Amino acid sequence: MEILFSVLTVSLFAATIRSATPLVLAALGGIFSERSGIVNIALEGIMLIGAFFAMMISFYANQYGLPPLVSALTGMVGAMVFGFLISMIHAVVSIRFRADQVVGGVAINILALGLTGFLLQLIFETSGNSPSVPNLAAMPIPILASIPILGGIFFNQSPIVYVALLAVPISSFVLFRTPLGLRLRAVGEHPKAADTVGVNVFRLRYLGVGLSGVLAGLAGSYLSLGQLNIFTENMTNGRGFIALAAVIFGKWNPWGAFGACLLFGFADAIQISLQNAGVNIPSDFLLMLPYILTLVALAGFIGRSRPPAAAGVSYEK
Amino acid sequence: MNEKVPVIEMRDVTKVFPGVIANDHINLAVHEGEVLGLLGENGAGKSVLMSILYGLYQPTEGEIFVRGKPVAITGPKVAIEQGIGMVHQHFMLVPVFTVAENIVLGDEPITNVGTLNTAKAVNEIKALSEKYNLEVDPHAKIEDISVGMGQRVEILKTMYRGAQVLILDEPTAVLTPQEIKGLFEIMHSLTEAGFPVIFISHKLKELMEVCDRVTVIRRGKMIGTIDIEDASPQILASMMVGRDVVLEVEKKPSQPKEVVLEVENIHAVGLNDLPVLNGVSFKVHAGEIVGIAGVAGNGQSELIEVITGLHKANSGDVRLNNETITNHSAKEIIHKGIATIPEDRHHRGLVLDFSIADNGVLGSHDQPPFARWIQRMFDAIRAYADKFIQEFDVRTPNQEAQVKNLSGGNQQKVIIAREIGRKPDLLIAAQPTRGVDVGAIEFIHRRIIEQRDAGKAVLVISNELDEVMGLSDRILVMFHGEIVGEILAKDATEDELGLYMAGAKRNTPSSPKEVSK
Repeated sequence: MEILFSVLTVSLFAATIRSATPLVLAALGGIFSERSGIVNIALEGIMLIGAFFAMMISFYANQYGLPPLVSALTGMVGAMVFGFLISMIHAVVSIRFRADQVVGGVAINILALGLTGFLLQLIFETSGNSPSVPNLAAMPIPILASIPILGGIFFNQSPIVYVALLAVPISSFVLFRTPLGLRLRAVGEHPKAADTVGVNVFRLRYLGVGLSGVLAGLAGSYLSLGQLNIFTENMTNGRGFIALAAVIFGKWNPWGAFGACLLFGFADAIQISLQNAGVNIPSDFLLMLPYILTLVALAGFIGRSRPPAAAGVSYEK
Repeated sequence: MNEKVPVIEMRDVTKVFPGVIANDHINLAVHEGEVLGLLGENGAGKSVLMSILYGLYQPTEGEIFVRGKPVAITGPKVAIEQGIGMVHQHFMLVPVFTVAENIVLGDEPITNVGTLNTAKAVNEIKALSEKYNLEVDPHAKIEDISVGMGQRVEILKTMYRGAQVLILDEPTAVLTPQEIKGLFEIMHSLTEAGFPVIFISHKLKELMEVCDRVTVIRRGKMIGTIDIEDASPQILASMMVGRDVVLEVEKKPSQPKEVVLEVENIHAVGLNDLPVLNGVSFKVHAGEIVGIAGVAGNGQSELIEVITGLHKANSGDVRLNNETITNHSAKEIIHKGIATIPEDRHHRGLVLDFSIADNGVLGSHDQPPFARWIQRMFDAIRAYADKFIQEFDVRTPNQEAQVKNLSGGNQQKVIIAREIGRKPDLLIAAQPTRGVDVGAIEFIHRRIIEQRDAGKAVLVISNELDEVMGLSDRILVMFHGEIVGEILAKDATEDELGLYMAGAKRNTPSSPKEVSK
């Protein structure tokens, strides 16, 4: 018990935020996609693509003489662009060609794993870790960072963390307070109803999937440039799927998903802390903790969670 | 007749789908302040025609004029701009959104900062709903409101967009009699305010009641437009079907023989363990049709399900030919000789994605001649399908067509062909003509009476009182899970049945058999 209290420190909660950040961004992406009616299990693959291109672009930008911070920011933006491009494959396949969205998503996940591994080998001639690149390390926000406890937890983080924290209220606002959000949700619930009042179903679905690409790409860039300064093969390691679980756990609501991500992030952080504190539990078991939590969450102790009615159903005029 | 320029005119509109001419040079005009009926059987092309008017389909040929000017309606947006509003047969409402959100969707009022202005939306809706006397609760979620209110929301949706013409596609199909009355009042107040209304229906009584003129189409072809003063249900029916139709059911007196089905003191519970059947007992004899009348939800559905093995009876006995079948499996019961036309053909009657041929053998699919050991015998299945398509006049390009692409009447014919094809001792027909057009109704009724005349026992359950009274030899009325009355059909009046249905009167004879003889 004492050990448990000894690990409950500011650094534990800061680590929670760090672990939750990629999940939050990817989950928000998932929400936009599914709210528009397109199931996107490609989040995992899109994140991986984002992580890779963030690293690669940061590497080359630095090679061409850009200052480290600018290189890293270019990498971050590049990750969003490539995330968007990959998501458009999913969009075209599921919206234009009305293919099964789960199958399409699986294909992108496999593609991303193969492509990033291949490019790592081709460009950097290595098959494990990429070289180190300029990254987006912690950037304390003046004044706010000096607030006791909260400052240490929230305001001494990578800039991408700040983006993620801001993205939650913004997403909630867009979805529930704007006409755009109303229409986006309408095409995910009853596309024909939206179509008959002149709302362009296809355009909004492309938008939903595109946003998921941008956000999942950004989530990926946090893995390679926020938490580390390298890309390693398959570095997403299932986070895209945990983000999907957070979408469901959070009932397709940005704040709900944020809460779920914090829970998963906490499980991850405490697992590391407990290991470091030398708790006598096999580390393999502790590593399972976040995933067990995901299973428990999905098994329905969250109560009735209703997906958008038309999620996964292609729309045909 | 009105000499003014029609508000909407469709001239020589033709729509060709691959292999089918859905609309063949149709002409239609609707003037200010009138209700124009559009009559045709299911699959005659009414919905296609209106979808063209609403921009959901593009015509192959022909022109549309709005107040005398030709317009190309390339999408719903253009139709809305032209003042055309459509209330679809299946509501176009998002169930998890509020009434207000559904009404403003696509044309949302916004605040200065660009957010959704819910307050303004609610106010506008309140104003509209007062103006046209369309009572709705703007804050209620669609999934919580009644079908009648859903329809008012749909009408308000069109009004909110400034509709000047209202198309109502089969609006009464889903309404209760009281809600239908309410809808007709709404239509009257709209036409008084100058709005023309196009009312699509195949219910002759309703057309006679509300329309000024009726345009009839049959199998995609224009038959004509008739003033309501010159029309009668009989005339409309023959225009629609193309021959004289018998609207009344004709049948000889029944010749009841031995008891086939005996239901004794059945008790059953439904959702949340609430009692749904409280001691139901009755008999059905060979060679008679017993009808069960009642307001929907008084245990009729559960009664059929208990008899057919789909719902557990807690006590009591169901016997077929003196053999107990209580709580036996559905499959066993089918093989013992009960065939059922289920009340919801999409839910229980058909596998919508399967072909006509496959649906035609469901339930016998593992029996010879349709199967041998583990192998399906496709030649036998195909030959059987061809036979019943011919015999039951199922209108389809071929037997491989998925049943979901058939009209309601043709889907129902597939089920009836299959069930009668089992050569049952007892035929249960639940809502046999729900959502089926006049021509097919007559056909289905004749088939059911044929079964009786062939010496089968028939049990009919219907929410349409006309149907129960027309088909049955003996009528039972259900109320709160009990049989509260039994009348010979020849002595029954609508008023008397109504009293039983409302629970205001009861007579439970000790021996049903004596009454039937």
